[in-house]
Amino acid sequence: MASSMCQGIIRNSRRAAALGRFMSTASWWGHVEPAAKDPILGVTEAFLADASPDKVNVGVGAYRDNNGKPVVLECVREAEKRIAGNLNMEYLPMGGSIKMIEESLKLAYGDDSELIKEKRIAAVQALSGTGACRLFADFQKRFLPDSQIYIPIPTWANHHNIWRDAHVPQRTFRYYHPETKGLDFAAMLDDIKNAPNGSFFLLHACAHNPTGVDPSEDQWREISHLFKIKNHFPFFDMAYQGFASGDPERDAKAIRIFLEDGHMIGCAQSFAKNMGLYGQRVGCLSSFCEDDIQAVAVKSQLQQLARPMYSNPPIHGALVVSIILSDAELKSLWLKEVKAMADRIIGMRSALRENIENLGSNLSWEHITNQIGMFCYSGLTPEQVDRLTNDFHIYMTRNGRISMAGVTTGNLGYLAAAIHEVTKASSS
Amino acid sequence: MASSTMLSSGRSSPAAFMVNSKKLGPAAGRRGRELNVKGKSFGRVRMAVAVNISRFEGVSMAPPDPILGVSEAFRADTSDVKLNLGVGAYRTEELQPYVLNVVKKAENLMLERGENKEYLPIEGLAAFNKVTAELLFGADSPVIQQGRVATVQSLSGTGSLRLAAAFIQRYFPEAKVLISSPTWGNHKNIFNDSRVPWSEYRYYNPRTVGLDFEGMVEDIEAAQDGSFILLHGCAHNPTGIDPTPEQWAKIADLIEEKNHIPFFDVAYQGFASGSLDADASSVRSFASRGLELFVAQSYSKNLGLYSERIGAINVVCSSPDAAARVKSQLKRIARPMYSNPPVHGARIVANVVGEPTLFNEWKQEMEIMAGRIKNVRQRLFNNLSEKDKSDKDWSFVLKQIGMFSYTGLNMAQSD
Repeated sequence: MASSMCQGIIRNSRRAAALGRFMSTASWWGHVEPAAKDPILGVTEAFLADASPDKVNVGVGAYRDNNGKPVVLECVREAEKRIAGNLNMEYLPMGGSIKMIEESLKLAYGDDSELIKEKRIAAVQALSGTGACRLFADFQKRFLPDSQIYIPIPTWANHHNIWRDAHVPQRTFRYYHPETKGLDFAAMLDDIKNAPNGSFFLLHACAHNPTGVDPSEDQWREISHLFKIKNHFPFFDMAYQGFASGDPERDAKAIRIFLEDGHMIGCAQSFAKNMGLYGQRVGCLSSFCEDDIQAVAVKSQLQQLARPMYSNPPIHGALVVSIILSDAELKSLWLKEVKAMADRIIGMRSALRENIENLGSNLSWEHITNQIGMFCYSGLTPEQVDRLTNDFHIYMTRNGRISMAGVTTGNLGYLAAAIHEVTKASSS
Repeated sequence: MASSTMLSSGRSSPAAFMVNSKKLGPAAGRRGRELNVKGKSFGRVRMAVAVNISRFEGVSMAPPDPILGVSEAFRADTSDVKLNLGVGAYRTEELQPYVLNVVKKAENLMLERGENKEYLPIEGLAAFNKVTAELLFGADSPVIQQGRVATVQSLSGTGSLRLAAAFIQRYFPEAKVLISSPTWGNHKNIFNDSRVPWSEYRYYNPRTVGLDFEGMVEDIEAAQDGSFILLHGCAHNPTGIDPTPEQWAKIADLIEEKNHIPFFDVAYQGFASGSLDADASSVRSFASRGLELFVAQSYSKNLGLYSERIGAINVVCSSPDAAARVKSQLKRIARPMYSNPPVHGARIVANVVGEPTLFNEWKQEMEIMAGRIKNVRQRLFNNLSEKDKSDKDWSFVLKQIGMFSYTGLNMAQSD
């Protein structure tokens, strides 16, 4: 290799100049700046680098058991045993596994949903929730280029990246109420009302990320009514079905309300948390249409968007999902396991709140148990979060979001004490 | 606030809102047009009528994919003698899909180890990124030794190309990509959807059923300086026609003179000739000149991992610092597309390529696959030469390489 390089240099002086240029620090990529670090990953990195034996990671957005370990569900292992080494690995269709899509739709919309039977739903397998949102955003851009998306304040940070990279303009609507650490319902309705008719809205179906604050059933009904009047398009991001309350049917209630009201919704489903399939990237994008003909057309266009992105989606996770959901025994096992995960988190919420209250805090901590799902928006300020990290080796994102999945009976007391410590000065 | 009270008190059945010719909801007829006015009035408030027409009225049916359409037609054909020569996936002698033994072994190993399914980092599995770059450039290549390659695991060849295209659009908005005529159908889609302008360079010569080298050189020369030149590392898809080493050298000279950036699509490493190193020689020769370049890799064919979607985008840079910056920006593009790549295929590759016994076994299986294709080419050539009484030269069947053969048949003959 070295000799051919020398020959190259000798052969052509123009080429030598070019070679010199490339071998020096001059580069095509001189103008490429380092991208900002992902705020959430930075937390994990810092946690890993910390040598303290007391360290606690409540930044992680993935479920942990009571020993703080990642979990692979039993139903998943069983499904994988049935897959390993057996099936060929031919390309899935561009729209993904038909079987997985069928099962996903039944999970989201009900086993007996008439809408599924009427074939009015355009649905494709997607790269987890992110991929589903992205496909929808690209589809929105292509077919409704003048539309924009209304996003709640706050939301999962990547939502902004997704619609931005799809070149769909973003607006926001008020959602979280810092004073109550609950829902700012009046403001939310106001913003929905004031948006131009026919606007697109991003709604978290359950277990809002990062606040854990969900509308009540009655509130969802009101939102749905208002959406009808305004002819808004509801796009649901459902990343935690089953994981929030422990009951997938219950967690899909908002969606079912909207469907009863006749909305033609869009929905991004993820199996990352509720089946623990994080790294497998399995999800589903569905969009309701007027009739079966339109559904076929819409699906074909979604496929057209997927083709130049990744051609067809990965099979492994899809096989796991469809095996589990289509097998009565495995599905039943899954329901038990997802309930157990949700119950552990609910249990930790109660315990954390109790612990802090028992330490004599004057502040209200009821939001810990009012909120639902993986995350608790604690109300801690960035400065308080920094103190938790620097003084107590407790890691979370600076918006005060606590991942309840990182809380165990082992670190509960320590966490409660630390939170009380950094907040007691603010109680008066 | 007042409105929310009115809404809450004025509740009636949801069907009250459907005052339109289209009836929707659970009881809806399929395409019936029924007037449906139900429910109470709302007193002082005249509710604006919500018209439930889909947003997607104007969405037309997308054209069928030209490649998948062939397979569909094949499936529908009831003839005994039907042959599917459209499929871009390896088949055994019995025309069955083939899962490599090393892949089965790797999967069983993974099952035994019971690894978790946590999110990969945005750039993918570190072990995979390491072995894939080494496989491509050679472990002792200076670009590897000096840490000058930004490698990001991506969704097979397509995903790798897409990340690179998005990067080009963002950082080289004035640049154009040159693609061969013909090329894999999806290349155009990828650049179109990334909004990167492209044009074609001549490649296939129908008269010789071979490479139009002069045309290729002319078109690369004519392109504006600093263009991206999309090259197939080996086993050109769809023609099966690859430049000779001498021709590669001339192409590299020209690219350097014009300050172009080479952009390799390597979908068949090992699968073309049977040798992983030989099939990477074009990429390696360019890299050894100190050029900065892109390489998209896929393990769909050579490891038969089609549906696992495993590949990588590699960007060779002049310095480790540049490589770090480029990698960070590739990640930024990936995050709003799919957050992080799928783990399963990456682990399979890392296990096979990273473990000497499995790696050797893989090389053997690959030689068999490539060998079968060469064998078929030979037999096809023999048969054609025998049966065809014209003086047509069928030797291109032998000269072409890889999965595809550009037959020189015209459309009528194909039909």
